Parts: sequence; structure tokens; C-alpha cells
Amino acid sequence: MSENEDNKENAGKQPKKVLIVCSKGSLVDVYPSLVMANGALMEGMEAEVFFTFFGLDAVRKATQKKLKMTPVANPAMRLPGSTLPFPNIVGLIPGVSDVATSMMKNTIEKLDIPTTYEFLDMIKAGGGKLWGCKMAMDMFGLTREDLRDDIDGVLTVGEFYSRVGEDTQIIFT
Amino acid sequence: MKKTIAGKEVEIDEEGYLVDSPQWDKDVAQEIAKELNIELSDKHWEVIDYLRAQHDEGVEMSIRKVGKSGIVDLKEFYGLFPGGPLKNASKIAGLSRPASCV
Repeated sequence: MSENEDNKENAGKQPKKVLIVCSKGSLVDVYPSLVMANGALMEGMEAEVFFTFFGLDAVRKATQKKLKMTPVANPAMRLPGSTLPFPNIVGLIPGVSDVATSMMKNTIEKLDIPTTYEFLDMIKAGGGKLWGCKMAMDMFGLTREDLRDDIDGVLTVGEFYSRVGEDTQIIFT
Repeated sequence: MKKTIAGKEVEIDEEGYLVDSPQWDKDVAQEIAKELNIELSDKHWEVIDYLRAQHDEGVEMSIRKVGKSGIVDLKEFYGLFPGGPLKNASKIAGLSRPASCV
């Protein structure tokens, strides 16, 4: 069977469940995890997000509203309104990251995209689950009480893999 | 493709969404809902009316907007239309597949 025919046969088929790993904590890293989790729920699939390492910032009470975007070390970051790259050295100037963050937040608001913490509310409302990673929390000295009250629990990586159900995909972001 | 829903011949796309919104009426909605195992209550109708009104105004719908509509919150919306709330509500309302990612 050619690849094309194979695709045809699978057309319209979706997994039943997605397990998403959110491992980074900048605004541009957290959004994809949440868009994909929420999008899965909207399609009638099950979705769970496992927050590990710096991704934990998205579900920490103390930091969930303080996620930022960094213009440094990102070659796809352009100067506003042009295709010229954003010089790393400019990104290092104090305050530039804040400007970039607020520009991105404005754009997001205009497009009617929720904040990351509202997105997490939406995922919970849709029956999605949110998990903290035990090892990363131990490393950062965090306990369950440091995370959002609606977190579903703290899991080891083995327990996370046990969340796999029928027709499940694991997505790493 | 054509399909007979509630004694009416209607044009639907591959996923079962009505292609032509004017062909829709409440009987059609009832029958699509039945196929989705959803029994329509007054609350369902409020959501359906809201979606159709927004559609007429050219507003692109998202579950977030429905959640902020004052009719239902998101949890209720998921409860009313299980298996993909905005998709199923739009299908019953005779609208096309929602184009929003949120």
C-alpha cells in the first residue's frame, strides 16, 4: 500500500487520547501545549498535560501569571513588521523581554486567545487533566501546594506513562 | 452529498455538517441531535439559537465565546454536547464545522 492510500484510509481518524508533556516555561513554549490539549478536548478526545522542568512555571501559583517571552536565542524572532532578525544583544537589554511579552500578549488578546492560566481553566472545564512531574518538583523544592489547586496530582514518569489508554498519542513540547 | 433528514432532502458535507444553512429547521436539528445521542433541552436550544445568531452576524465562534455568552459556562457546554461541544452544537445548529482552534 502506498503512503498516499494509507493516508486516505486514515483520513478523518483521530486518536482517542493525547498525553502532552510541557517541558519549557516561556510563553511561546507553554502555548502550544495548551492549544493542543484544549483542541483535543474540543474534538471530543481526552487530553492530559504533564508539566515538567521549567514547564512547571505554567501551573505554579507564584509564576503562572508571570510567564514571559524571550527574544534571545530565537532566530525566528523578527524585528516588528520586518523579516530582519531581532539582534540577541538587543534582547539582553533590561526591559526588552517585557516589551516583547506585552506585544505578544496584545496580539493574543486581539485574536481572542486566552491567557495561559485561563486556558488551563478551560482545559479543566473540558475534563482535561493536569499533572506535575515529581522529579522536577523535587529538584525545584516544590510541593503540590505550590501548584494550582485544580492540579490533578503529582506523578512519576512511570505513572505518567500508565495514563496511556486506547489509541493514545504522547506529544512532547 | 444529499441526505434525507426529518423528511427533508438536505445537502451535507463528508462530516455531516449542513452545507446550506437555510435548509435547516428545528426538525432537522432534532434528528441530527438524535444521531449524536443528544436529547435537546431548552438549554440546548438557547445555545443553538445563540450560535445561529452569531453566525448570522458573521462572528467566528470559539468555545471561549460560548463560555462567556452568559448562557452556559464551559463545563456546562461540554456536558450538554458531549464528544466535542462546539462541533456537535454547530452540527445540530445547521452550521459548518467550526474553524477556530480555541
